[in-house]
Amino acid sequence: MIGASRRPAAAAPTPAPVPPPGIGVGGGALVRITEASKVYGDTANAVHALDRINLEVGAGEFVCLLGASGCGKSTLLNLVAGLDRPTAGSVDVAGRTSLMFQEAALFPWLTAAGNVELALQLDGMARRKRRARARALLAMVNLEEFGRKRPHELSGGMRQRVALARALAQQVDVLLMDEPFGALDAMTRDVLHDEVERIWRETGVGVLFVTHNVREAVRLGDRVVMLSSRPGTVIAEFPVDISRPRRIDSPEVATLAADITDQLREEVMRHGAH
Amino acid sequence: MARTEPTADAARIDASLSGLDALEVPVARRRSLGARLWSNLWPKLVAAGLFLLIWQAVVWTGWKPNYLLPGPVQVFENLGNNLDTLATAAGNTLWRALQGFGLAAVIGTVIGAGVARVRVLRAGVGSMITGLQTMPSIAWFPLAILLFKLSEGAILFVVVLGAAPSIANGLINGIDNIPPLLLRAGRVLGARGIAAFRLVILPAALPAFVGGLKQGWAFAWRSLLAGELLVLISSKYSLGQQLETSSQFADARGVIATMIVIFVVGVIIDALLFGSADRAIRRRYGLIDEGATT
Repeated sequence: MIGASRRPAAAAPTPAPVPPPGIGVGGGALVRITEASKVYGDTANAVHALDRINLEVGAGEFVCLLGASGCGKSTLLNLVAGLDRPTAGSVDVAGRTSLMFQEAALFPWLTAAGNVELALQLDGMARRKRRARARALLAMVNLEEFGRKRPHELSGGMRQRVALARALAQQVDVLLMDEPFGALDAMTRDVLHDEVERIWRETGVGVLFVTHNVREAVRLGDRVVMLSSRPGTVIAEFPVDISRPRRIDSPEVATLAADITDQLREEVMRHGAH
Repeated sequence: MARTEPTADAARIDASLSGLDALEVPVARRRSLGARLWSNLWPKLVAAGLFLLIWQAVVWTGWKPNYLLPGPVQVFENLGNNLDTLATAAGNTLWRALQGFGLAAVIGTVIGAGVARVRVLRAGVGSMITGLQTMPSIAWFPLAILLFKLSEGAILFVVVLGAAPSIANGLINGIDNIPPLLLRAGRVLGARGIAAFRLVILPAALPAFVGGLKQGWAFAWRSLLAGELLVLISSKYSLGQQLETSSQFADARGVIATMIVIFVVGVIIDALLFGSADRAIRRRYGLIDEGATT
């Protein structure tokens, strides 16, 4: 999937820029989404999930996608992950992606280590190297002692960390996260924010992180990108110039989050009036 | 690309995580093996005892003469005296059952996998499998005897036809009920084609597949005993034949003793083999509530 370019199955209406040789799809971006639209169904009762989205994720950049319900966040991640194709426009990804869901989606018949090893196996790693590599990956998420546990023997937060280790096993350049901490309690989420930030810093992966939690987006992102709803399109972008380490309950985070929340609420109210 | 900005102190993150982990890992209450076995066993023993008591009570009423309806003591005496013959017969019958079941498992798995994954096959064959499952296996025997004469082949034919649909259906149900999220996770990890089937789909369908095998075994065992009563092959002594011979000599003790052997063999394989495999898999997959507390 290196340097994958996802275009509509039919001829694209807009010619996408040709990526220059070398790393990235131009301008150092790992992911470049250009005028991408996604329409479900036929012309008679078409659902416009995404409408001419433009978005870039640079190498090692942490981008948070924020939007109310129906903004097509998951559709967008599917396009970047290569699970789906845009109806129009292009999605160019330089490098490898992995997708994490709100639920850990671990395979229940495998142990925590087995889940990570399966990812390595599907990645083509030789059997004798897998065990040590899986242990190192679990150590990275502080779970080396729990390698032999099965998913149902772990807490929700621990399962997400195993899922993170499994995603990192694919030697990703871009990690796509679809509300990964949405189902966790506040305290666990807090610690996992620190943990994801640390791993992001250590590995240098780019992250595209979808959330509906404004504070979470401000806590984590280098940039927060706001999507409108039905159809999803980029309506605002906020650089987050708050120095790290950040705290989700710090005044700087709260101030920016309040700003963004106001705009998000206006966007939601626009849908209720008629 | 390494980052230069500091993040939260790594040691602090580690400490918080390990604290949360210690608090959040579900703690299962597991009793000792002996206690679990005993709590499983005693209700069965009580039930068996009650059954024997009712049987003896009926005999005591004198409803039927003793040579037609003997009591438990006489039957178990007969069983003890004929243990050699019954063991040989049970061995032969079991061997046939294993052959038929093994063949049915292979055929059922191939058909089940095909129907579950290929749309045309599902449309064409899917409902036929359920139809076959409801067909009483004894209805196949006239055709089987015409095709294979009075031979092992006739019995095997019916046993396979009895068991394979259940096994195929178990696999189809198992595959149909895989949570879509797991399939998506498999695709994200790069599982395609044969690898996806072997590493994701088949293991995910395993609990229902084992259920299908268990049901298939029950059908195989029933079809086999019916077959042995109808298709008498004198060269091989079997439980069915023993039943038929005892009946013809009006040997009620022999009939009941053989029936007990058939029952016990069926229960042992069903409960011990498939039952414990089923439970082990469900526990492994986290499908059993073990009174976990967090």
